[in-house]
Amino acid sequence: MATIKITTPLTPEKARTLKSGDSVLISGVIYTGRDAAHKRLCQLLDEGKPLPIDVKDQIIYFVGPSPAKPGMAIGSAGPTTSYRMDAYSPRIIEQGLTGMIGKGKRGPEVIEAMKKHGCVYFGAIGGAGALLSKCIKKAEVVAYEDLQSEAIRRLEVEDLPATVIIDAEGNNLYQWGREEYLETLNK
Amino acid sequence: MREIDAKQITDIVARLCVEANRHLAGDVKNCIQCARKEEPWPIAQEILDRIIENFNIADENEMAICQDTGLACVFLEIGQDVHVNGSIEEAVNAGVAKGYTEGFLRKSSVAEPLQFRKNTLDNTPAMIYYDLVPGDKIKITVAPKGFGSENMSQIKMLKVSDGAEGVKNFVVKVIEEAGPNPCPPIVVGVGIGGTFDKAALLAKKAIIRPLEERHPDPYYAAMEAELLEKVNALGIGPQGFGGKTTALAVNIETMSTHIAGLPVAVNINCHVTRHKTEVL
Repeated sequence: MATIKITTPLTPEKARTLKSGDSVLISGVIYTGRDAAHKRLCQLLDEGKPLPIDVKDQIIYFVGPSPAKPGMAIGSAGPTTSYRMDAYSPRIIEQGLTGMIGKGKRGPEVIEAMKKHGCVYFGAIGGAGALLSKCIKKAEVVAYEDLQSEAIRRLEVEDLPATVIIDAEGNNLYQWGREEYLETLNK
Repeated sequence: MREIDAKQITDIVARLCVEANRHLAGDVKNCIQCARKEEPWPIAQEILDRIIENFNIADENEMAICQDTGLACVFLEIGQDVHVNGSIEEAVNAGVAKGYTEGFLRKSSVAEPLQFRKNTLDNTPAMIYYDLVPGDKIKITVAPKGFGSENMSQIKMLKVSDGAEGVKNFVVKVIEEAGPNPCPPIVVGVGIGGTFDKAALLAKKAIIRPLEERHPDPYYAAMEAELLEKVNALGIGPQGFGGKTTALAVNIETMSTHIAGLPVAVNINCHVTRHKTEVL
């Protein structure tokens, strides 16, 4: 399977061309956010206040990096389990988010929002934080510094390897990948 | 009675926190490399190659293998002929704070679970497990535990009549439900027997047992092999993208239990199964 290069911002039209199972290399600016930051973003939406970052056509990486050693942009930075963001993701997608990077299953409401608005769920390799940190060239906290590793960071990434797990049509690699493998055993 | 200064415990714990988080243990590396050789599914081979590349990068760059450097689980086997000058608990926590701060490891501990969830900023308190043993040594094992896999763990009080089939079905069900979430390939710790809490502790101890070591009782050793085969027949594969390598090992720990009970706990660890031991 060919590897597709993606440069952010990611428009919904471009997002809809990506298919479940595609290998991608992501470059450009992406934002980090996980449990506590998502909770705050949704509180702001509840209050009708603007978000600290414009998520339109952007990708959020569910990650809480380890601290950077001197001379490095960031520490180890692999994905965290995504289902904990399921309660919040549909609302962020409504605001124009077109990509999420994480690992693990997503709930039906998230997938419905992805289909409706043109958003893709990418998987980065869980536990490969040292390898993934090599693709992050610059990192700066742009919101919620008090949340430490959970603060929202603006990352500049170069060829960050990921796989399209769930595409904007709702096709899910976790389902069909396993089924295809098991079929080969029965042949 | 042998006298030990608590400061010695602090220094060892600090060192073990850093080493365990940066350098994957040899048994786990070997197991991943063997799994790669036996993995027939192309996308799974690719993921395993990246996982191997990742622990090599961590080794070379002296950096954390995974950003989730875990809660610091510290197992102490304290010889009953040792006297420690100072508080053991404080010494361990000082070591965790030192190791996680100086080692550029992520601080993932919140002070209480519900109300404020305020980060303690130095990854303390450690989760400390004490065992009193004969002798005059202290064996210290640091096993940082990530929560992507911890969250997928389960416990069940089975009926005695559920028997071995019940135990096996429960273990496989837990892994199936976890699917891609705990970062497969995983290490599965199973605790059978004891009480509700002891079963969970056995399961936790099972995941830090060397992966090539089998249960001393051939009956349970055979069950470990059978369960590994069953789990790897699920097809979940590395990262859940399909493939053979769902688990690297199934380790079972057992103990006595009540005539009316069959507690079973399944503690899941990811492919970054970390543990480092030193004897003082």
